[in-house]
Amino acid sequence: MTFQPATASGNVEAASSTPVLSVDALKAYYRLKLFGIEREVRAVDDLTFEIGRNEIYGLAGESSSGKSTLIRTIARAIRPPLAVEAGSVRFNFSDGTRDMYRLSPQELAGIRWKRLSYIMQGSMSVLNPVRRIKHSFIDFAMPHVPEKGAAFFDRIGRHLEKLHLDRSVLNAFPHELSGGMRQRVTIALATVCGPEFIIADEPTTALDVIVQKGVLAMLREIQRELGSSVLFVTHDIAVHANLTDRLGIMYAGRLVEEGWTRDLFRRPLHPYTRHLISSLPQIGDDTPKKGLEGSPPNLAAPPSGCRFHPRCPLAVDICRRQAPPMVTVTPGRRVACHVVTADPGLSAPAMEEARP
Amino acid sequence: MNTLKILRDLFHYNKEFAAGLLIVLVVLAIAACSFFSPYPPLDVYVVPPDMPPSWEYPFGTTSRGQDVFWQLTFAVRNTLLFGIVVAVISRVISLCVGLVSGYRGGWIDRVLMSINDTFVVIPLFPILVLFYFIMRDQMTWAMLAIIVSLLGWAYDARLIRSIAMSLRTREFTRQAVFSGMGTGRIVWQEHLPFVLPIVFSTTLNNINWSIGIEVTLSVLGFTDINTPTIGGMIYWANQHTALVSGVWWWVTFPIAIVVLLFIGLFLLAISMNEYIDPRSRLSRLGGPS
Amino acid sequence: MKSNLLDVEHVSKVFSGRGLFSRRVKHAVQDVSFSLDADRPEVFTIIGESGSGKSTLAGMILNTLRPTNGHIRFAGRDLAYIRSRKDRLAFMSRVQAIFQNPFEAFNPLKPVDRYLFMAAEVFAGCRTKEARETRVDDALHKVGLSLAEVGGRYPHEMSGGQLQRIAIARALVSNPALIVADEPVSMIDASLRMTVINLFRMLRDELGVSIIYITHDLATAYYISDRLIIMQGGKVVEAGDARQILAAPQHPYSLRLREAVLSVDGAWRGSRLDVDALESSS
Repeated sequence: MTFQPATASGNVEAASSTPVLSVDALKAYYRLKLFGIEREVRAVDDLTFEIGRNEIYGLAGESSSGKSTLIRTIARAIRPPLAVEAGSVRFNFSDGTRDMYRLSPQELAGIRWKRLSYIMQGSMSVLNPVRRIKHSFIDFAMPHVPEKGAAFFDRIGRHLEKLHLDRSVLNAFPHELSGGMRQRVTIALATVCGPEFIIADEPTTALDVIVQKGVLAMLREIQRELGSSVLFVTHDIAVHANLTDRLGIMYAGRLVEEGWTRDLFRRPLHPYTRHLISSLPQIGDDTPKKGLEGSPPNLAAPPSGCRFHPRCPLAVDICRRQAPPMVTVTPGRRVACHVVTADPGLSAPAMEEARP
Repeated sequence: MNTLKILRDLFHYNKEFAAGLLIVLVVLAIAACSFFSPYPPLDVYVVPPDMPPSWEYPFGTTSRGQDVFWQLTFAVRNTLLFGIVVAVISRVISLCVGLVSGYRGGWIDRVLMSINDTFVVIPLFPILVLFYFIMRDQMTWAMLAIIVSLLGWAYDARLIRSIAMSLRTREFTRQAVFSGMGTGRIVWQEHLPFVLPIVFSTTLNNINWSIGIEVTLSVLGFTDINTPTIGGMIYWANQHTALVSGVWWWVTFPIAIVVLLFIGLFLLAISMNEYIDPRSRLSRLGGPS
Repeated sequence: MKSNLLDVEHVSKVFSGRGLFSRRVKHAVQDVSFSLDADRPEVFTIIGESGSGKSTLAGMILNTLRPTNGHIRFAGRDLAYIRSRKDRLAFMSRVQAIFQNPFEAFNPLKPVDRYLFMAAEVFAGCRTKEARETRVDDALHKVGLSLAEVGGRYPHEMSGGQLQRIAIARALVSNPALIVADEPVSMIDASLRMTVINLFRMLRDELGVSIIYITHDLATAYYISDRLIIMQGGKVVEAGDARQILAAPQHPYSLRLREAVLSVDGAWRGSRLDVDALESSS
């Protein structure tokens, strides 16, 4: 029996069989050559994962985890010295499969905004400060939708209403809106064409807590409405706990653990994941917390073998020598750790189900 | 990051730098030759005049009976000296004005920038010509150098000021204040290294600019044309209608040298700009250096 | 009567901008008062979102801004009387600051130990190189680092957590009585955050330093604060014992704030990201 726990977002149906996104053995490196010195930064090092339909997939990682490079690579928004070394990125949209790195520029332009949408960090800067919001909609969205003129504005208006935004924002200038409003308008802009896949890169990081909640709720609403899949990237695992269906943890350019969000929080396996979850302070939690020792890895000269081994409390000899493969320990859960995969009973549940 | 290593790396990997450096070194070598000149620079009719270039007189001789080559060595030396002196003095002024103005702000900034803008709009040549006519015989090279540097600091002061202003709001400036550092120390030790790369490249441009002024003024006869300079040589060549009388070597070689110098300094200026950013970018990427 | 460590009395700050046709006035801080006891070091937290005035208040406590109204007294002496450089330095040696962005807090072209040595020279009066090195090494040990590890290294070689700890060491060189930390961990990786937060606890318990911790993160505030105030639009809306307030906030704004905090525990106790959230946030 495959156990699929109810997720935080309420999506009980599992993702259907063909995944929307397939990333296969992806490697993307920065290569810099100056003054006779060559530097190779392995920002994305052999990543494989899938994202299903109608699913919110979270990607958690800190600085130098490579997650920003990963999403740029997936969206094919990369430029030398960053280049894909190996592997593939494939999207299965409703009108066929696309290999991102085999598309011509026109084909790429065709899927952007319509099928694939990318919400960047601080994407409020997408809005032209000297023109009213509606002009941004005209510039970005009109080329991709069949409606023009009044019908176009009607469509936008309905889209905004669904997202609980007033139509009047169209006539405002960006600086007249608060930061949270701007971000929500940007999300509305990114989704007005009904994309099948949305990449969101730290969309709420710069926002206040109250505003953040509104923006996240909006994202969830859109996802439900459109049935799109979302790749949500942030370092804030509390956000992941509240929003995502499945979660992948990245460390030093590699995926170290992946699973259904609730399951992952209840039973984190990888030592890094366990640390992330247990060290999170919470209101009402009086247990002492600790920081992780050591420093974030240097992607130009990463540790040998398992990249987490210098900071890992469970590290043994093989961890230094050999990089652990990603192993499916239970259906829906994958871990890359020698110690854990050798003995899954080792890890105790990190959090109890019911708290008094 | 020691300087010699940087220069060596630049030389190996940057074609413009290597080319520029070589050219400038050639010009400097020519200037250095002036110390070995068999003829005193101001003497005339020491060799047969109007001789075309030959083994005996590699650059020919002038209508005034001077060896063009040896004259040129003095000319290059004096012109270069002038250019460097002007560049240094005006850099110092623009650094002081720009850094203090940018860091302190307020009324100091307003006063200094008003003075600055006045100097920016002053028309260069009319003023210089005016000075010449007023001062005539008292217009020594030292005076001219001072006047030209006073006219040359204004643009860069604004540039340096804008860098200083952006540095003022950076967090490490605040930390420096909280570590007990005073204005002088902060400006000198913390901010100056940021400003130096720009200053360096503008210095090289400034040298070009002041040499250009010197040549122009001298050609027009508005300087002490007894001291040999490149412009001075051209002046005398014109006085003796050299081109018409076919003494082309008197004009060509000074012009060729000054053009060479311009190109060399320009190449150095544009290649120097590269050195700080990529180096620190490299080391920021980490790994073995 | 022994004076308090810090007295903030009815402090207000008004910024007046000059527009073309109007003078726009901004009340950044309105009538804020609180006191810190000299005998009991504590972690006093100021919670607020952007625009709440918390950073302006911090600026006034650090004497980089002058209050429009009200008084701020440190060890009984009003800050307004600090005029000369000597007075300013004396004040700075007792009241230090830590800033939000550890990467920006250091000059990228200079080694990180630079400010430490400066502080040792200016505040601790260390004249010789050995004296300075001892003092700096001492301060670094308090934060779990050492001069051997850190000396001569450049900011880009270190992590955010390490840089922030070095900044704390720099603040400790002068043996301050009060440290004002403005969002000290918001730009540090989550896995390194707790090291710095735990350090604040150590500063209070072992070194007797009071800390004014300014943040928008209620979770870390809960973990480490003794007392706290919540600011909204320049005013204090709630004040008191940290645990009590965060466990059961009274003021509507505090309630909203508390509600909006995403927690891992709460994630499965019913869906918190719902339409109400959409409506209630502006």
